[in-house]
Amino acid sequence: MSSTRPTREGAAARSRRRLRARRWAGWLFALPALAFYSVFNFRPVLMSIQYSFYDWDGVGASTWVGLKNYQAVFTDHEQLASLLHACYLILFFTVLPVTLALITASVLRQLQGRFTGALARTLLFLPQIIPGAAAGVAWTWMYSDNGVVNQLLRAIGLGSLARPWLADFTWSLTAVGFIGTWLSTGLCTMLLLAGIGKIDNSLYEAARIDGAGPIRQFLTVTLPGLRSEIGVCVTITIIAALASFDVVYLSTQGGPGTQTMVPGVAVYNLAFNDSRLGAASALAVVLTLIVIAVVAPLQRLFREK
Amino acid sequence: MSAPSLRRRAPGLVLIAAAALYSVVPLLSMVSAALAPQGTFPSGLSWPTHPHWHNFVDAWNVANITVLLKSSTLIVLGVVPVAVLISTMAAYAITVLEIPLGRVFYTVLVLTLTLPYEIVIVPLYEQSRTMGLLGSQWALILPLIGLNMPFAVFWMRAHFAGVPKELSEAASMDGAGPWRALFHIHLPLARPAIASLALLMFLSTWNQFLLALVLIDDPDKRTMAGALQAFTTKYSTDQVLLNAGALLIMAPTILVFLFLQRHFAKALLQGSVKG
Repeated sequence: MSSTRPTREGAAARSRRRLRARRWAGWLFALPALAFYSVFNFRPVLMSIQYSFYDWDGVGASTWVGLKNYQAVFTDHEQLASLLHACYLILFFTVLPVTLALITASVLRQLQGRFTGALARTLLFLPQIIPGAAAGVAWTWMYSDNGVVNQLLRAIGLGSLARPWLADFTWSLTAVGFIGTWLSTGLCTMLLLAGIGKIDNSLYEAARIDGAGPIRQFLTVTLPGLRSEIGVCVTITIIAALASFDVVYLSTQGGPGTQTMVPGVAVYNLAFNDSRLGAASALAVVLTLIVIAVVAPLQRLFREK
Repeated sequence: MSAPSLRRRAPGLVLIAAAALYSVVPLLSMVSAALAPQGTFPSGLSWPTHPHWHNFVDAWNVANITVLLKSSTLIVLGVVPVAVLISTMAAYAITVLEIPLGRVFYTVLVLTLTLPYEIVIVPLYEQSRTMGLLGSQWALILPLIGLNMPFAVFWMRAHFAGVPKELSEAASMDGAGPWRALFHIHLPLARPAIASLALLMFLSTWNQFLLALVLIDDPDKRTMAGALQAFTTKYSTDQVLLNAGALLIMAPTILVFLFLQRHFAKALLQGSVKG
């Protein structure tokens, strides 16, 4: 007995070592992903943070400026305005689409499976599929002097309100916002519709027996049942609002003046028109922090119990 | 449908019709503008008496659609298969093989899941410039693979987490190494998850705008969406050609969507609920 113990322990240790080596060998599977991720995603994030403390035009030498770039984010009119505009856009990219989608999905629930329902779902989903940049072109045309929006206003006798919407100092940001509403309502509707499909029908029946009308049913059954789906809609669309670039870049480029400037376009301008890479990075870092600050608590709030 | 139920449903139907109209009117207004005589300034939504279908042929040539189709396809083929393969392998390693420190890797990936592209754009540009990639599609393909990793690994991990553990144990009992277990047992099971991931990646790559604009200096080597910018600045004066060209640029995704409609909806829904 005593003579065999050491060898058995040795064998156990050897097999443990072998096992551990095998588990490490599993990294071969993860290595390509790790390599691409580190070089083209993780490293650039760190580099951005580093750039943000420097004054650098991308060609010459860079100078350490500490927090000066960050100070500029909150004092420079264009940069600060872009952040405020992004927050205003949440109203149109998130609040409005989720509200509209809740109504549409509740109505569509009754049309499930029918041809009209299927057709409506396809059409509603369409804006989600086309490139945001193309949506920018489509809506520039809608909002132009002789576009559909003004045509409609004139048709219903409100011709006095007609104007080139995207060039209007008061209305341009709101006009851009409605493009966001157009883009995100379809996705939210589909998501909420899928969520409604999962709600137990007996809950609706029970509510009906208790004498609840359609609105009461909506408030007591539908809304609580959609908690996590609403959370997903809100998260996705808020990120889209804060980080918007393509729609704004192709419809207004931030103008007139800086009326529709958003952080995405401001970062692009600072970096690739003004060659202020440090300033661009600082704004990008602040934008990222805002995204995290908004999204992280939302995840907690909408998580299912 | 009986009369009372129709009356009860009418408000709902009107609402749905209005919503559907709202989604297609911007596209219809482009079609109507695209069919007007070139060089004119068409107005709003009106079906032209003599639709100039030939405008689309001209816009095809002016917007360089043949070249752009090739370039976009090349970029998608460069990104999607590689990204799907390596993210699946990584998710398999993390979830099934339970590699040491795998959870740490996964946590870092998830932490960067919601980062906006704005934070990587400047360093990526600098990096591509030093690597000498700016003039080719590689400048977009390589970063997009890397940028897709958080979502793709997240997606595939969710799939692997749902596969019963007994399956892998049975495989290793039968003497299958990790490679054989992945290719013969796990991949066939993962096919639906992989298909929807590939579809989502196709969509986001094909529609990629900001990165294409910054990382590829030649508009003809960008994605179709990315090339839109060069096209709009060049033809901003001719509304007819601009609308026809923009329609051609969005046509491929719309066509793919109409063909794979059901799968698209399913993929997007799965992805977002898990996200």
